[in-house]
Amino acid sequence: MIRIERRLTEARWLVVAVPLGSLVGAAVLSSIILFLTGHDPIATWARLLDRGFFASGALSATLVTATPLLLTGLAAAAAFRMQTWNIGAEGQLYLGAIGASGIGIALRGQPALVIIPAMVIAGLVSGAAWGAIPGVLRAYTRTNEIITSLMLNYVAGLLMSYLIFDSHSYWRDLSSFTARVFPQGKYLSDAANWPSFPIGGIVIPFGLLLGAVAAAFLWLVYTATRFGFEARVIGDSRAAAHYAGIRTRRKIVAVMALSGAFAGLGGASEIGDFRHVLDPRGLQQASFGYAGIVVAALARLNPFAVIVVAILLGGLSNAGFSLQGATFPAGLVGTLQGLILFCALAGELLVHYRVRIGRPTRKAPLGRVEIA
Amino acid sequence: MINDSVLVVIAASAISYGTPLLFAALGELLAERSGVLNLGVEGMMLIGAVAGFWAVQTVGGPGWVSLLTAVVVAALAAAATSLIHAFLTITLRASQIVSGLALTIFAGASGLSSYIGHVADLGGKPARHEFDALNVLGLRDAPVIGPILLHQNALTYVSWALVALTLFYLYRTRPGLHLRAVGESPGTADAMGVNVTAYRYIHVMIGGALAGIGGAFFSLAITPSWLDGMTSGAGWIAIALVIFAFWRPELALVGAYLFGAFSSLAFTLQSRQVHLPPEVFASLPYLMTIVVLVLVSTGWARRRLGAPAALGVPYVREER
Repeated sequence: MIRIERRLTEARWLVVAVPLGSLVGAAVLSSIILFLTGHDPIATWARLLDRGFFASGALSATLVTATPLLLTGLAAAAAFRMQTWNIGAEGQLYLGAIGASGIGIALRGQPALVIIPAMVIAGLVSGAAWGAIPGVLRAYTRTNEIITSLMLNYVAGLLMSYLIFDSHSYWRDLSSFTARVFPQGKYLSDAANWPSFPIGGIVIPFGLLLGAVAAAFLWLVYTATRFGFEARVIGDSRAAAHYAGIRTRRKIVAVMALSGAFAGLGGASEIGDFRHVLDPRGLQQASFGYAGIVVAALARLNPFAVIVVAILLGGLSNAGFSLQGATFPAGLVGTLQGLILFCALAGELLVHYRVRIGRPTRKAPLGRVEIA
Repeated sequence: MINDSVLVVIAASAISYGTPLLFAALGELLAERSGVLNLGVEGMMLIGAVAGFWAVQTVGGPGWVSLLTAVVVAALAAAATSLIHAFLTITLRASQIVSGLALTIFAGASGLSSYIGHVADLGGKPARHEFDALNVLGLRDAPVIGPILLHQNALTYVSWALVALTLFYLYRTRPGLHLRAVGESPGTADAMGVNVTAYRYIHVMIGGALAGIGGAFFSLAITPSWLDGMTSGAGWIAIALVIFAFWRPELALVGAYLFGAFSSLAFTLQSRQVHLPPEVFASLPYLMTIVVLVLVSTGWARRRLGAPAALGVPYVREER
C-alpha cells in the first residue's frame, strides 16, 4: 500500500535533487529501451556524452544548440508561470527566423552594427506578434490557447516552406541555376553573422549572451515588478486575481507576447549564430520549441536554472544531430526528452508530498502527535 | 456523371480523412468524460501508426488476419503508452497538461515512434496489406450515396458502430452513468461506491487504444506506408474536436467529417489545378480548427455545454 501525504512546506533539498534524479532516471529508462532494441546502452551513452560535451570543440557546438533551447525554455517558463499554456514556441521561433532573415536580406551591405540589432528586434517583434494571436483569442474569446498556439506551429512551418519554395518569394535565392532547381534561401551577408567570444577554448555565441540577459530580465519581471506579481497571482488563482481587480485579459496577451518574443529571439539566434539562411527543413527537424517545454519543466520554471538545463539538453541534442545514422537511430533524443519530463513530473510529487510505503495504520498511536 | 462532381468527391474523402479523427476523438472524449485530459493523443496516434504498420509487415497469413492483428497491436501499443499518462496524473497527481505534452514529446515525431520506425527499418516501404474500400451491397456506383456511404473501408464502418456503442454506453448503461459521475463529481461518485481511480485508468487506456487505431488508419489506409510524424497534427485536431462536439459522441461524428472535409478539400482542389500555393491548402485544416474553436468558445456556446466539471482536476479522497 502506498500512501501519499501533502507536505506543508516544499522540501528545499528536493528542489535540486529532483531534477538531477530525473536526468538519472531518464538515463536508466532510455538504456532499457536501447538494450531492448539491440543497442549497447553504455557505448551509446559514452558516444552521446563525448560528442555533446567532452570531444574537442563539442562544448562550443553545444552552446550554439543550447541558445535557441534556452530562449524557448524561457518562453515556456514565462507563460507556464502564469498557467498560460503557450505550446507555440516552435512556430514563434520560425517567425523569429523569418523576421530576422528577412531584415538581414533587406539590409545587405549595411555594417554589422546596423544589421545585427535589426535582426534581434525583428526576431523579437515577429515572435511576439505570432505569440499574441493565441493570447488575444484566449483573452477575448476564451479559446483554449493550447490548441490554437499548437495549430499555429503547423501554419508557421508551412509559411516558412512557402517562403523558400515559392518562386516569387523575397527569401528565396534565384541567382544561380542550382538554386532555381533546388529551392533554397538567400544567404545573409557576412556582416549579419553574429559575433562569438572565445573564452579559454570555449566559444560563446552572441545569442547565448542575449539569452542570459533575457533570463535575468524574466527573473526581474517576475520578482521585482508589479506586472510579474500580478501575473503570478493570476497563475496561482485566477479567481483571486479577478476579485483583486487585476486586468487578466491584458496580462494574458502581454505574457503570450513576451513568451513569443523569447522564442522569436531564439529563431533570430539560429539565423545569426548558426544557419545564416532561412532553412525550413533544418529548423523543423530541430524542434527547439517543443524541447523548450522540457527545459522549462526540468528547471521548474526558474529562469536561471533554464540556462543550466538548456546547456545540458543542448549537449544531448547536439550529439543527437551529429551522431544520427544507422547505429544511432533518429528519435532517440525526443524519446530521452520525454523520459526526462516524465521523471521530472513524477519527482514533482516528492517536492509536494511525502510518500509512505506500508499498511495504513488503523488506530492513531496514543500519546504521539505527528507533525507533518 | 454526378459521382465525379467535386462535392461528391470531397464528401467521400471527407469521411475517409475524418475516420482517424473520429476514432481519436471518441477515445479522448471517453478519457475526458472520466475527468482526465490527455494531450498525448498525437503521440499515441503515432505509436499506433508505427505499431500497426510493423505488425502488418511482420504477421503473415491472409490479408484480413494480418490487418486485424495490426489494428489490435496498434490499439494495445497506444493503450500501453497512455498508461504512462494515467499513472502520472491519476496516481501521482501530476499536471495533466504537462504530462500530456510529455507524452507527445516522448512518443511523437522524433520521439519513440520515430525510433521504432527507424530501428525496425519501416520507412519508404509500401504496406503488405491495406484497408481497401468495400463495395457494400454492390452499390458503390449508386448516385451520390454510393461513393460517399457505401464505398468506404471496414474501419470506417467500425467507427460508425463505435459511435452508436459509445452513445449507448454513456447514456443507457450503469457503468456509463458512473463514468459521467466520475467526470462531473468524483467525490460524489466515490461516496456512491464507484472506484474513481479504476474508472479513470480504464477510460484513459480506452482513449489510448482508440487513438492507436486512428493512427493505424493513417499507415494502413490513407497512405499505406510509414513516415515519421505522419499524422501531422491530427491528434491535436481530435482534441479540438472534443471541445467542438461538447463532449458528445454524435457531434464528434459530425465534427470529424467537417474537419475531414477541410483536409480533403486541400487535396481535391490541388489535384483539380486550382492555382494557389500548396501551402495555402495544407494550412487549411489548422486554420479552420482555430476558426471553429473560436466560434464554439464564444456567444451562445459559451455556457460550455457538456464540459465535465472535474476535467483536469486530480481526485484526492483526503483533500476532498
